[in-house]
Amino acid sequence: MSMKASTRQVDGITIVDLSGRITLGEGSVVLRDTIKDLLSKGQKKILLNLGDVSYIDSSGIGELVSAFTSVRNQGGELKLLNLTKKVHDLLQITKLYTVFDVKDDEAAAIAAFSR
Amino acid sequence: MTAPQRVSYRMESTLDSVNKAEEMADKVAAQAGIDEDTRSGVSMAVREAMINAVLHGNNYDPAKRVNLTLEQNGKELIVTITDEGRGFVPEEVPDPLAPENLLKESGRGIFLMRAFMDEVRFRKLNPGTEIILIKRLQSSDLGRQEAST
Repeated sequence: MSMKASTRQVDGITIVDLSGRITLGEGSVVLRDTIKDLLSKGQKKILLNLGDVSYIDSSGIGELVSAFTSVRNQGGELKLLNLTKKVHDLLQITKLYTVFDVKDDEAAAIAAFSR
Repeated sequence: MTAPQRVSYRMESTLDSVNKAEEMADKVAAQAGIDEDTRSGVSMAVREAMINAVLHGNNYDPAKRVNLTLEQNGKELIVTITDEGRGFVPEEVPDPLAPENLLKESGRGIFLMRAFMDEVRFRKLNPGTEIILIKRLQSSDLGRQEAST
């Protein structure tokens, strides 16, 4: 299954709903292009909803890290929402869970962005 | 207990091969009775080893092949992957958990193989690299084998 990304705006925050697999190849490219596009439009407060992401490989992890640093380097904020158990465990063992700001409630995540 | 099983494939250096190897590993692990959670780690380790071979080893070179062998002998699931690349020194791969490497975009593949398998071995070939991934079967796995036969 390939990956799909759709974006929506809530209270000035861009929520990216991702579904499928973030893996080497198409999945990673979709995420990279989406973040690049948002940053080019000046949308720097980004919430990645990973609720429907079934699988991430090392390339996908690298892409999440890249998204995080790109947004941060432009003075923005990127947070993660609704991790599945598999993705949660993967971020734990790679010690990235504490690097990312991870939320499990959309409204609370939106409220947590700096204004 | 299901009969020992061994399958080998000679594959092209493509992303498609990576995906197929991952699927085949999941299938053989299921036949060996490995539970779904553990299986997902095993197929991820195989995916990472295949990415290593196809991308870092063979550099997607259409003239180079990757050999994949999946074997279960009732005690262990053994996956062997070889490429025809220039080879590398595993000890020289930086620790992805070191604070200075945490935000690097790559370099987590070998770490993930080791995280999900009981044993990961590397052997330098001429040319290329052989990666052997081993997952020991638990008594509960063997019970599932019996239940499925």
